[in-house]
Amino acid sequence: MRVLTFSGRTAKEILRDPLNLAFGLGFPLVLIFLLSAIQANIPVSLFEIERLTPGITVFGLSFMALFASTLVARDRESALLQRLYTTPLTAADFIFGYMLPILPIAVAQSIVCYIAAICLGLPVTVTIVYAVLFIIPVSLFFIALGLLCGSVFGVKQVGGICGALLTNLTAFLSGVWFDLDLVGGTFRKIANLLPFVHAVELERAVLNGNYAQVLPHIGWVLGYTLAVAALAVLLFLRQMKRQ
Amino acid sequence: MEAIQTQRLTKKYKGLTAVDSLDLVVHEGELFSLLGINGAGKTTTIKMLSCLTRPTGGDAILLGSSIVRTTAEVKNMIGVSPQETAVAPNLTVKENLELMCGVHGFPREKRNRKVEELTKQFELAQISGKKAGKLSGGWQRRLSIAMALISEPKILFLDEPTLGLDVLARSDLWDNILSLKGRITMILTTHYMEEAEALSDRIGIMKGGKLLALGTAEELKNKAGTDKFEDAFIAIVKGERPLNGGN
Repeated sequence: MRVLTFSGRTAKEILRDPLNLAFGLGFPLVLIFLLSAIQANIPVSLFEIERLTPGITVFGLSFMALFASTLVARDRESALLQRLYTTPLTAADFIFGYMLPILPIAVAQSIVCYIAAICLGLPVTVTIVYAVLFIIPVSLFFIALGLLCGSVFGVKQVGGICGALLTNLTAFLSGVWFDLDLVGGTFRKIANLLPFVHAVELERAVLNGNYAQVLPHIGWVLGYTLAVAALAVLLFLRQMKRQ
Repeated sequence: MEAIQTQRLTKKYKGLTAVDSLDLVVHEGELFSLLGINGAGKTTTIKMLSCLTRPTGGDAILLGSSIVRTTAEVKNMIGVSPQETAVAPNLTVKENLELMCGVHGFPREKRNRKVEELTKQFELAQISGKKAGKLSGGWQRRLSIAMALISEPKILFLDEPTLGLDVLARSDLWDNILSLKGRITMILTTHYMEEAEALSDRIGIMKGGKLLALGTAEELKNKAGTDKFEDAFIAIVKGERPLNGGN
């Protein structure tokens, strides 16, 4: 299967970059341990492990967007994509070949975060499994966002957009670091119109077994995922034609 | 059957004519060089012939298949080594070759055979386990051409294959290209006059998207009345009336 070959290559390119491992896996773990240490000394309800872990798993996914966008942008700039466009690979092979291998990496990142959280006192319940499953649509949103950015911007630009802007947007507009009600007003309204806070609230609801609260948030996440994925595919095909 | 026959092949970008009604025939087994100053239309021509970009007019027939109507057939018979070193940097040399086998859908046995064959042909054994991104420019170019040959193409496009290489690396790559001569049809674009003269069976000189002159290096020198090929190139390009458009 051609798509499997291309997927394997995507996975190798990402996993063999030590910076990817450091940021993708190391940084979320550092945050869990650091914020848990703060919580141990100065108790803040936001940093209780049941509330903190879902937020960190979502925040960690912003790095998946960075991985995807950097890889696509680099392939475009190095002309590797140009070479592959002259082979029998189809547009669908490229899109799935970029997106699918990052999904298990995202899920693995989430699992590692939950294992760390268990070590820090998160009770072991079946809801952890559900939380990991519900991370899949959230992951797809971030991966599609990466494909979109990589199809439009160059390597340096995606470093700034996905590396700095997106990670900060995910951090500040998701309610992981501070309660959005503390800021309120327009900031809160904007945050509610974006998917980040809904992704975090979805994960929190699932992990804590508050299934009644899942529905509105999953709607926002799926809506954004479908919209961004459709746009990513369109923009990828557009740059493919422009070659 | 001719390897390539273009029929009024044209590419326009928003009012700019990159390739203008190009009529060209490349014979099977020939090493054909396309020369021209920057913006002459060489790379655009290669991109159209390798189905990377669709012509806005005309067509090209590659061994009986049209680049407009039967692109899948064309893609199965060509290999492309782009201007930039198009390798996967975090994959080893061997994995890069295997990647190309995989995207062409080769079964395991054929894959192993092709990787071994090209590793031997391009003397890649010593660097087979090294990551492609860590290789020198010369080795990357060599790998790039080996990757283009994986699919056993009948037509190979080499877009400025020795650009930026030192003298020794260029000489090695020339040897590689010469070893393929006669077995497959090769279309080479280059800015190096001595490269075109040393390697090519025939040379086409482009300017403003049009073909100005066509022939062997000797024929072009005779036509321009010069002893050196570089002087012939300059005389042919400068001697032409300024063209409207161009890319």
